Amino acid sequence: MSTAVAPKLDIQKIRQDFPILEQKVNGKPLIYFDNAATTQKPKQVIDAISEYYAGYNANIHRGLHSLAEKATTAFEESRTVFQKFINAAEVEEVIFTKGTTDGINLISNAYGRKFLQKGDEILITAMEHHSNIVPWQMIAEEKGAILKVVPVNAKGEISLNDVNRLITHKTKIVSVVYASNSLGTVNPVKEIARLAHAKNAVMVVDGAQASSHCKVDVQDLDCDFYATSGHKMYGPTGCGILYGKRAILEEMTPYQGGGEMINNVSFEKTTYNDIPYKFEAGTPNIADVVALKYAAEYIDSIGKDNIMVHEQALTQHAHKRLSEVPGINFYGTAEDKVSVVSFTIDNVHPYDAGMMLDAKGIAVRTGHHCTQPLMDHFGIEGTIRASFSVYNTIEEIDFFADSLKDIVAKFS
Amino acid sequence: MADNTINTKQDEIIEKFSMLDGDMEMMIGYLMELGEKLPEMPESLKNEDNIVKGCQSKVWLTADENDGKLHFQADSNTAITKGLVSLLVSILNKGRIEDILNADLYFVHKIGMNRFIGTQRSNGFLAMIKQIKMYALAYKTKLENEA
Ligand SMILES: Cc1ncc(COP(=O)(O)O)c(C=O)c1O
Repeated sequence: MSTAVAPKLDIQKIRQDFPILEQKVNGKPLIYFDNAATTQKPKQVIDAISEYYAGYNANIHRGLHSLAEKATTAFEESRTVFQKFINAAEVEEVIFTKGTTDGINLISNAYGRKFLQKGDEILITAMEHHSNIVPWQMIAEEKGAILKVVPVNAKGEISLNDVNRLITHKTKIVSVVYASNSLGTVNPVKEIARLAHAKNAVMVVDGAQASSHCKVDVQDLDCDFYATSGHKMYGPTGCGILYGKRAILEEMTPYQGGGEMINNVSFEKTTYNDIPYKFEAGTPNIADVVALKYAAEYIDSIGKDNIMVHEQALTQHAHKRLSEVPGINFYGTAEDKVSVVSFTIDNVHPYDAGMMLDAKGIAVRTGHHCTQPLMDHFGIEGTIRASFSVYNTIEEIDFFADSLKDIVAKFS
Repeated sequence: MADNTINTKQDEIIEKFSMLDGDMEMMIGYLMELGEKLPEMPESLKNEDNIVKGCQSKVWLTADENDGKLHFQADSNTAITKGLVSLLVSILNKGRIEDILNADLYFVHKIGMNRFIGTQRSNGFLAMIKQIKMYALAYKTKLENEA
């Protein structure tokens, strides 16, 4: 890791965009370090939601009246903004979903069910979130396919050699997390996509964490699918996107039927709408999708590169300061990692630490972080995880480290 | 004759908590102290059978009967939860079976346990209470059958 120099970001000014950060928790100023679970929302996003409901709430796509027109335009603008945000070749390749989980389930049901055969293999890694494990197990069981797992090393990294060895001519799907939520590890998804394609497998990227912390260019990564969640990138909960390459999306059969996704319905035969609509059955989460655009624009207005430099500086500082805590053990020390610091402390249960930190106004996450197989691999029940976003500061990390030292002292 | 020790102990705890004045750090400190006071539970009792179901942390709880009174042993893998179970034990230990069964544990409500420890831990706390009442019921039935 290089010694990152904080860019000319005015963090105090950025913090003013996030109303929630002003509050006190348990009588102490809130320090929000649970950003990998969900980030806070800037007022641009919050305002967009109420503006939608106060000003132009209407059901989209079907109406001819002015409100419906306005709502549809806003909804589709969001799609265009996301096309640029992830650099998709075409706007039709952007499907709105409920989030990453929904996106991966869509792939497993609409692609997996159609193309998987008995004995085919699906390859994931040992650091996947449950939402990139369970949907594959379900479809594998249904189709008689086999789930294979790339191991992780002590630092929480996978090796491309292992990936290469485990992708066989039977591998149909490779699905890998871009940035791990429990370790922070950034995986070489571009290289993995190349290995997958060499054996004619499709490449799925779990981009839940990556969208706010990593450069995302789906054409450069050459992935076939990219799933992400709005709420982890300063956007609303309950909305996200699934990117898929046009040719693949067109071959897939929708798994949810209903309104919006059809071209023509009769009792004898129904024809499906074109992409992306054939995958967007029913009235979508219009308000949140509309507001999601403002989250992407917010990130762009600060600059992803600037955010990354700031977060790297925070992460390095956290590793340095937390190393002073007696009995600390870090999990996830990959060369390339996002702003997640996961650790245990000898003789201090993560739950106790979490609650004692909360009493000091510090919000962290404790437990298995929906990555139980990974915790099993390390032989632990869970970790304490601090994860940082653009609005976090060096001072907050100092207070965090000092608080942990206090807490450890209570246990000795 | 009604035995009021359970209520006396509850009132003491309510008093204690009102002095903590809603300060989370002090409340945690108090619970941890209580946890440390809990007599050590033999490792052999910390088995699957004695785990209280419905707690996020691991909590082991056993009850023995002597002369119509129950004696509890407990432990937890987390310090704060150990304090919580210790709190219950301090109120109910050596209580008469009948009194434990009928105990109205109003302190839970009075000290605003929910607000203090959050809904998830509160549910765990209620599971501990339920387990204690189950033990009392089981011993009551056993003694009645023996009589
Ligand atoms: C790496 C990763 N994948 C998938 C998910 C699931 O995202 P969501 O719950 O928004 O569907 C998460 C969320 O915690 C995550 O961190």
